[in-house]
Amino acid sequence: MSTLSLAVRDSSTMLRRNLLHARRYPSLTLNLLLTPVMLLLLFVYIFGEAMSAGLGGGADRSDYIAYLVPGLLLMTVGSTTIGTAVSVSNDMTEGIIARFRTMAIHRGSVIIGHVVGSVLQSVVSVVLVGAVAVAIGFRSTDATVLEWLAAFGLVTLFALALTWIAVGMGLVSPNAEAAGNNAMPLIFLPLVSSTFVPLHTMPGWFQPVAEYQPFTPAIETLRGLLLGTEIGHNGWLAIAWCAALTALGYLWSASRFDQDPK
Amino acid sequence: MTSLAIAANGLRKSYGDKTVLDGVDLAVPEGTVFSLLGPNGAGKTTVVKILSTLVTADAGDIRIGGHDLAADPQAVRGAIGVTGQFSAVDGLITGEENMLLMADLHHLPRAEGRRVAAELLERFDLTEAAKKPASTYSGGMKRRLDIAMTLVGAPRIIFLDEPTTGLDPRSRHTMWQIIRGLVSDGVTVFLTTQYLEEADQLADRIAVLNDGGIAAEGSAEELKRLIPGGHVRLRFTDPAAYRSAASALREATLPHARTGSRGGTPVDEALVLRIPSDGSQRELRSLLDWLDSAGIEADELTVHTPDLDDVFFALTGPAGIPAQTKENVR
Repeated sequence: MSTLSLAVRDSSTMLRRNLLHARRYPSLTLNLLLTPVMLLLLFVYIFGEAMSAGLGGGADRSDYIAYLVPGLLLMTVGSTTIGTAVSVSNDMTEGIIARFRTMAIHRGSVIIGHVVGSVLQSVVSVVLVGAVAVAIGFRSTDATVLEWLAAFGLVTLFALALTWIAVGMGLVSPNAEAAGNNAMPLIFLPLVSSTFVPLHTMPGWFQPVAEYQPFTPAIETLRGLLLGTEIGHNGWLAIAWCAALTALGYLWSASRFDQDPK
Repeated sequence: MTSLAIAANGLRKSYGDKTVLDGVDLAVPEGTVFSLLGPNGAGKTTVVKILSTLVTADAGDIRIGGHDLAADPQAVRGAIGVTGQFSAVDGLITGEENMLLMADLHHLPRAEGRRVAAELLERFDLTEAAKKPASTYSGGMKRRLDIAMTLVGAPRIIFLDEPTTGLDPRSRHTMWQIIRGLVSDGVTVFLTTQYLEEADQLADRIAVLNDGGIAAEGSAEELKRLIPGGHVRLRFTDPAAYRSAASALREATLPHARTGSRGGTPVDEALVLRIPSDGSQRELRSLLDWLDSAGIEADELTVHTPDLDDVFFALTGPAGIPAQTKENVR
């Protein structure tokens, strides 16, 4: 069997294993989904008045829903990938991983199975959170089919990037708790992005940090695609971040996984 | 002459500045059972991890099933099956799903995979539990599932790392029967164990690993000849009596002194003295007479038959013993 078909075959076996885990034990995935959904409801229904005033220009609650949802969708990705770090770390402590390492299978298939499974979970989570958003009044009527496809592609790309980073975090963490803590930036970063409030309302010294961290360019791009706001240089920045994080996470994870286990 | 399934020369491995293996040579002919004996921490698991491609050795030439491990680890992986000390099953999925996972990773066609999985589950008495998550299995069931998974790929060389540690006597005997079954199919088995009896029951050749090297190698009979019989243990409750007995023994020449025997050896803080003895009636009688005449009166006397402790006693000399000896009286 050629290396490529071996890789595809073994990776899809590993993917099936991970999806089986996710289906058998959905509580972790569902718990992680809860965070973005709660934040969505909290910021719309509890803080909605104050938040929409912060947008300026006489914006009302429905304007704020529109503003909030793109950021929250990407926050959902961040939240899901925390689960990835935890489950990778859990998995590495299992004897079965040692078994996989002694079998004549494609070396990277264990990791690739995790990555593909996690990206799929991210996309499903984003769709679910998106459905809640639509249910409470989010509309994206102006977006063309092409823009929808681009938005979908962006979410997938972003999920891939964060997943590889999360896999790396899972691999270096000694246990699941540590993995959960190490992956906290993935849920913390969207809080200091343009998810909840526009950048210009933040302190001046902080604005560059918020503007150029990985989440904001992706959020602004998604906002532009779904709502027709100005994307500008954010599109390229988002793609650059995704590519850089994917490459970094991949190299990190691969070198970590190739090391002798303890 | 049969060819070697496993051949290792000059195996070395250190973790940091702790040397675990310091030049280990192994040769296992095809179709035989080779047992690596050793106490906890002797490096048995490290040997298995290196031979099964899990960790890399610092030095040494290894050939498994005719393949050079350093040059072609994938070919080695294709020839071997490994059942580790800690259960290598996926606890989150069922026993049957574990088996089918192995079938998929061995690239068996779907129908054949199902057939092999069902057969092995049946053979290892797991059919009833097949639909339950492996995490709910008992220790013995997990170990059986573990071996069943190893056998999906029909490996010709199998590594079993302490396959019976922690199992109850019944499960242990079941495991022994499984291992004998493998051997009768012509499989080469590399077995590590802490139990001399286990090696005795199963192995064609036994090597004793101690302090990073092979202290002795041979058949069970050959090894037993190295062991200077068993010993008699004297237990005291009065520290003063213990001390005077210990000093009397240290000076004394025992009635049945063997070459190299230097009287009794204080074992540990437990007020126990051990005296080499083969446990025969004649030796016991003369020993008792001698104890009487020396005015030594122990509160308890037990006869100890050879076991792994004694192998190490023989192979590593008295200096190494006191700290490691534990009560193991039969």
